[in-house]
Amino acid sequence: MVGITSFGVHIPAYRLGRDEISRAWGTRSIGGQRAVAKYDEDSLTMAVAATLGCLNRGQQPVDGLFFASTTSPYKEKQAATIMAAAADLPRETRTVDFTDSLRAATIAMNSALDAVKGGSAENIIVAASDCRMGAGKSKFEPLFGEGAVALAIGNANVIASIEGSHSVFSELLDMWRLEGNSFTQSWEERFIINEGYMNTMQRVISEIMEKHKITPKGLSKVVYYGPDTRSHTSLARRLGFNLQTQVQDPLFDSIGNTGTAALPMMVVAALDEAKAGDLILVANYGDGGDAFILKVTENIEKFRGNQKIKERLEKKIHINYEKYLNWRELVPLQELSRPESPTPSITCLWRESKSVLTLYGKKCKKCGTAQYPPQRVCIKCQTKDDFEDYKFSDKKGHIFTYTLDYLTPSRESPAVVGVVDFEGGGRMMCEVTECETSKIKIGMPVEMCFRKVGRKGGIHNYFWKAKPIS
Amino acid sequence: MGMMKDKVAIVGMGCTKFGELWDKSVDDLIAEATFEACEDAGVELKDIEAAWLGTVFSGHTALSLSSPLKLQYIPVTRVENMCATGTEALRAAAYAVAAGACNIALAVGVEKLKDTGWTGVQPSNVVGRTTMGTTGTELELSPPALFAQLAMRYFHQYDLSTEQGKTLLAEIAVKNHHNGSLNPKAHYQNELTIEQVLKAPIVAPPLGVLDCCGVSDGAAVAIVTRADMAKNFRDDPIYIKSLAISVGPSRDPISQDYDFAHVEENARASKLAYAEAGITDPLSELSMAEVHDCFTIHEMAVYEDLGWSKKGRAKDDIEAGTFTLKGELPVNTDGGLKCFGHPLGASGLRMQYEVYKQLQEKAGPRQVRNPRLGLTHNLGGAVWGGIACICITGNELNKR
Repeated sequence: MVGITSFGVHIPAYRLGRDEISRAWGTRSIGGQRAVAKYDEDSLTMAVAATLGCLNRGQQPVDGLFFASTTSPYKEKQAATIMAAAADLPRETRTVDFTDSLRAATIAMNSALDAVKGGSAENIIVAASDCRMGAGKSKFEPLFGEGAVALAIGNANVIASIEGSHSVFSELLDMWRLEGNSFTQSWEERFIINEGYMNTMQRVISEIMEKHKITPKGLSKVVYYGPDTRSHTSLARRLGFNLQTQVQDPLFDSIGNTGTAALPMMVVAALDEAKAGDLILVANYGDGGDAFILKVTENIEKFRGNQKIKERLEKKIHINYEKYLNWRELVPLQELSRPESPTPSITCLWRESKSVLTLYGKKCKKCGTAQYPPQRVCIKCQTKDDFEDYKFSDKKGHIFTYTLDYLTPSRESPAVVGVVDFEGGGRMMCEVTECETSKIKIGMPVEMCFRKVGRKGGIHNYFWKAKPIS
Repeated sequence: MGMMKDKVAIVGMGCTKFGELWDKSVDDLIAEATFEACEDAGVELKDIEAAWLGTVFSGHTALSLSSPLKLQYIPVTRVENMCATGTEALRAAAYAVAAGACNIALAVGVEKLKDTGWTGVQPSNVVGRTTMGTTGTELELSPPALFAQLAMRYFHQYDLSTEQGKTLLAEIAVKNHHNGSLNPKAHYQNELTIEQVLKAPIVAPPLGVLDCCGVSDGAAVAIVTRADMAKNFRDDPIYIKSLAISVGPSRDPISQDYDFAHVEENARASKLAYAEAGITDPLSELSMAEVHDCFTIHEMAVYEDLGWSKKGRAKDDIEAGTFTLKGELPVNTDGGLKCFGHPLGASGLRMQYEVYKQLQEKAGPRQVRNPRLGLTHNLGGAVWGGIACICITGNELNKR
């Protein structure tokens, strides 16, 4: 049996109300809110968070990591390798980026499915993540949201088997982004929705149902992508699905359209509520369509203890439109009159990749002291080179001391910085992200998260920060 | 230990006015301070046998000193030890004389921060990471944010409310500004009130902008010679009793053993210095001190680190006025870094200039009574991993 063996979700903590966007532009609000990634997050870091969640929940080792996104940080350079390093996956892990199509997540799922079915892999994580932007005053700016999902496709401890899949392609320029363009473009709406989305989805869904001899009534849940709420609803009516009982909420009201992550996010939300034996139809759209039939197994019960998407959505921090503009780097900032920090050396980043990307330090074999960054000589007993590798990224800690740096060179002022004492030993001074300035205090429990720390030297630089344990 | 005591004397010193010296170059500052020192010692440049330049940003090699002074083919070396750089230059010159390598040596400290356009320095350099070959992932926090974390933990550990703690820190700022108001060489010569300090904009809680020292230009210079030759130059030479330095084992705060409520390097350097000088009760034996008040919280920590106040009880001494000009141990009688600003390479020697003038009883309205022994103290780097330098000098030979 091959199917979904685990999943993990990352929904950024921040929300931008659509009324707030309308306030800024004097436009009509469609209501609800969208998830906003902080300025230290991007598609890659969100995918890492989802991947770590997926790894923590999964029962089976992973031998592949597929990244699906239309907003990979690099045009030329794989993101999945950075993610695999951050997630501390073995070097033999197969890494692939699936990019450029809104359907990238399900294209990656099909590839993972084929690999596992064909026996060349046992368990592959597909991490879909997007940070798409709509231009100011566009309908996309309020509609789009940011988030990431990781689904593991494997052959053991399957929680939802993939009973079948079907794909079609369609060539129609409905949504696109050119090289060097930050914002998603589109063509006239009635044409792209009716001729593109509706017809393609109708075709791929009807065909897979015919192939598997399933009628709408035979499905416990129908999970499919929609560009917006109205088109999503119309498709249900056209296909004869019951909106109230059968169709998975596309989460547009609460987080927005998360691009490549949108469909897998809905799949996870459906699995959150599913029970053994449920038959679920899944369909994705973008340059064509991908459809799957999932059958939920008894293993779903093991996932009950985990936090559901519904619960995750309750924790949120509202931001204003100005903050959104700043976070997305849509307004130029005054630079600080301070000595410039040096440009990162790629050689140093390579040499120290284990401590930078995976937050490995050392533990002295003689005195047992955990220390970060890695040392040659023990801070406590001065023993030379008698250490074992010791990972800090998965350790919890608490704030020993802290301050707010109003003179920080970072995008937002003040920066919350603190000294973290890790459970099990070790101390590190780092930025504390997603922490309201009024909330930080000595003794506050924190965990580590993988974040973007800069783009100096023409590269994306990633490192770990602390964040409050919610 | 005790190796340095009474072997070397300071026979001449010079110090420029500190401040935003827009119309002066590094070379101007070096020349002004050096010629003041030569005149003070009654020597000429050709009498100098070896020279040390202390600067962090304002020069790279010995040529940065030999060129403005046109030193004639003598040994010259540039030294750097972050905020302790000025004292490091003095240490090198004094050690050379003590070792018998030369009889007259020059120690120059200079920094010209205001030509850079910077409003402050950045501690990626402060913590002593190499500027070449970085991963670019190091935390970039401002110097106040670094010391603010000391204040946060100090307040927490000793149960001071933010208001109580900040008021104590404000007392330090007010004291130093009072002293600075009496000093024509200080950058800031204005008095402050407690209220002004408390209401100043926050830069890194609990520190406000008036808890921070300024950014300035300046230079200070010392001429040292053998103690037994000192009276050939002047009747009132100042004798080096000890020169101690303590450097912490880590540039990162990696050990949970550190309490963030004191600075271990300060304590270690002071123990070495007192032992070398033969001091057993520093509070009563020292006549005055110039300490590294880069941020008010650090001066407060120094009171305890250097053994003047009991652990966690600096409060009592601040409230008793112990460290004011008329107190038991006047601290930062010239106004400190708070009023002089902190041109990194110059500060250690600027402090020594004040001690020198005090011990010679030439400190004018700031003069302390019956001076015998004075101390200078610098901390370079961070509170969890620093470079603490202490120099103790006295106006009598072989008394202790």
